[in-house]
Amino acid sequence: MERLLLPAIDWLAVLPVGLTALLGFVLLALGLFADDDETLGWITLIGLAVCAVVTACLAGQKSMTFAGTFALDGYALFFDLLFLVAGMVVVLMSMTYLEGTGIPAGDYYGLLVFALAGMIVMASANDLILVFLGLEIMSISVYVLAGAWRTQLRSNEAAMKYFLLGAFATGFLLYGIALVYGATGAFRLDLIAAAAAGAPHRALMVAGVAMLLVAFGFKVAAVPFHMWTPDVYEGAPTTITALMAVAVKAAGFAAFVRVFLHAFAGLHADWGMLLWVMAALTMTVGNVLALVQRNVKRMLAYSSIAHAGYILVALVASGAAGGAAALYHLLAYSFMTLGAFGVVAALGSVGEPNEMLDDYAGVGFRRPLLGVTMAIFMLSLTGIPPFAGFTGKFYIFTAAIRDGYYVLAVIGVLNSAISAGYYIRVLIAMYLTPGAEESGRVARQPYLVTSIVFSAVMTVLIGVFPALWMQLARLGFLSL
Amino acid sequence: MIVPTQWVLMLSAVLFAIGVVGVLVRRNVIVIFMAIELMLNAVNLSFIALARARGAVDGQVVVFFVMTVAAAEAAVGLAIIIASFRNRSTVNVDELALLRG
Repeated sequence: MERLLLPAIDWLAVLPVGLTALLGFVLLALGLFADDDETLGWITLIGLAVCAVVTACLAGQKSMTFAGTFALDGYALFFDLLFLVAGMVVVLMSMTYLEGTGIPAGDYYGLLVFALAGMIVMASANDLILVFLGLEIMSISVYVLAGAWRTQLRSNEAAMKYFLLGAFATGFLLYGIALVYGATGAFRLDLIAAAAAGAPHRALMVAGVAMLLVAFGFKVAAVPFHMWTPDVYEGAPTTITALMAVAVKAAGFAAFVRVFLHAFAGLHADWGMLLWVMAALTMTVGNVLALVQRNVKRMLAYSSIAHAGYILVALVASGAAGGAAALYHLLAYSFMTLGAFGVVAALGSVGEPNEMLDDYAGVGFRRPLLGVTMAIFMLSLTGIPPFAGFTGKFYIFTAAIRDGYYVLAVIGVLNSAISAGYYIRVLIAMYLTPGAEESGRVARQPYLVTSIVFSAVMTVLIGVFPALWMQLARLGFLSL
Repeated sequence: MIVPTQWVLMLSAVLFAIGVVGVLVRRNVIVIFMAIELMLNAVNLSFIALARARGAVDGQVVVFFVMTVAAAEAAVGLAIIIASFRNRSTVNVDELALLRG
């Protein structure tokens, strides 16, 4: 009888995802017994902090395990930490947000942590099957989370739309994987890169790459695959919208960059032009449609589409400068977007979303802290120094110009100017429009306010000391 | 007689295309979901054909992953459809139009 040979496994490499998944199981079990939502929130927060510290301790390690399919490198660690910290911010927000919604906290936190585990798999995946599995672990959790507020019609609708279009995109992802497998006979990214260099079965390969482009386009909400984004972001519970806009998008880009700038780097001539068009369309459509929105949450959804466009510009530029700029901007974008959705959540209450621009009238004076932090997030999203958004866009457009993509850089800068129109409008509403009278006492939201202040501090820190964060992004990208 | 790989791949492409068209033109959520399942299974057919053509087993292994994930997706998807149906009593996607603009 033949003996089954198991490959040597480096358990250290799977520690981040292992611990995170373990936390998810613990939370699901605790959710059955604990009836204090706040305690569950604290347990999640502390658990994620432990995962983040352990992950940070792995810095500098570089290894491949599970027969070369699972990578532990600076790139994976960069994204792991981004996911875990974003997850902690979302948990903090949720500890206030969940009150009165009737969403079962054990399931909610458990699924949130499972989604993070899926993202970590995506960031580490050196194999298309693992990309698929990570993506599904994340997506299936987030489908449920989007519909977690079961009594709300718009939460139902968001979950339904997200599920149908997400599953549709999964079909394209799989077909792309099948075609690439047909062309190269491999699932592992390094083997695909090696086989693609020999240009076997060109038609199959190009078709496969195009299919994968469609699938990743759906996941990162790039035009023309963005239709679901505004509806889903508007309908989902605000904390989950923040998770989708930040962590899910970052996970999509983590796999996107690893697959395209690593495995398909040799085919840049084929997909570069497609991505160019996608980037230009994404920026323009996102920004122009954001201009006409009256609902701030929906406007932020279009803003997140536009920012996906900026990051795609960095991917078009590719190379070390482009890749590092993409990672840097993802980091910068994460905190300002988390904070902006935090403010949206803070102004709403159960039964009263208060998401329309008119509801923001006079907020700057009624809730000074929210006003100031929202101003920071809006200015940063516009790309005004000294905030993080400015340096992010600066690095991206510099990378694009250095590689000779002048037209794309010009489109990007013009779009930044357009975006000022709708971001500044929020500030005008908050500070220059006379608002309603003080509506009695304001609910205390200690956790939510903490998460908003943390995001604001990070937005300023990343913008004021860009070199340090850029160094991290560069090290991360170069470790690929 | 052994069916040539190209034929199987073509069948798979046709099934996939039927699935895509189904998702785009049908209005009943359940039928859309069935069309998505058709897409996934069309891909499975491709994987098996390609694995046989290459004489490798890895393409067949993927099919197990896809089937497992499709089952999980079906469980979650049907739950979401039921949750929505309880509140709205409809499975027509055109009537799910609370969110637009």
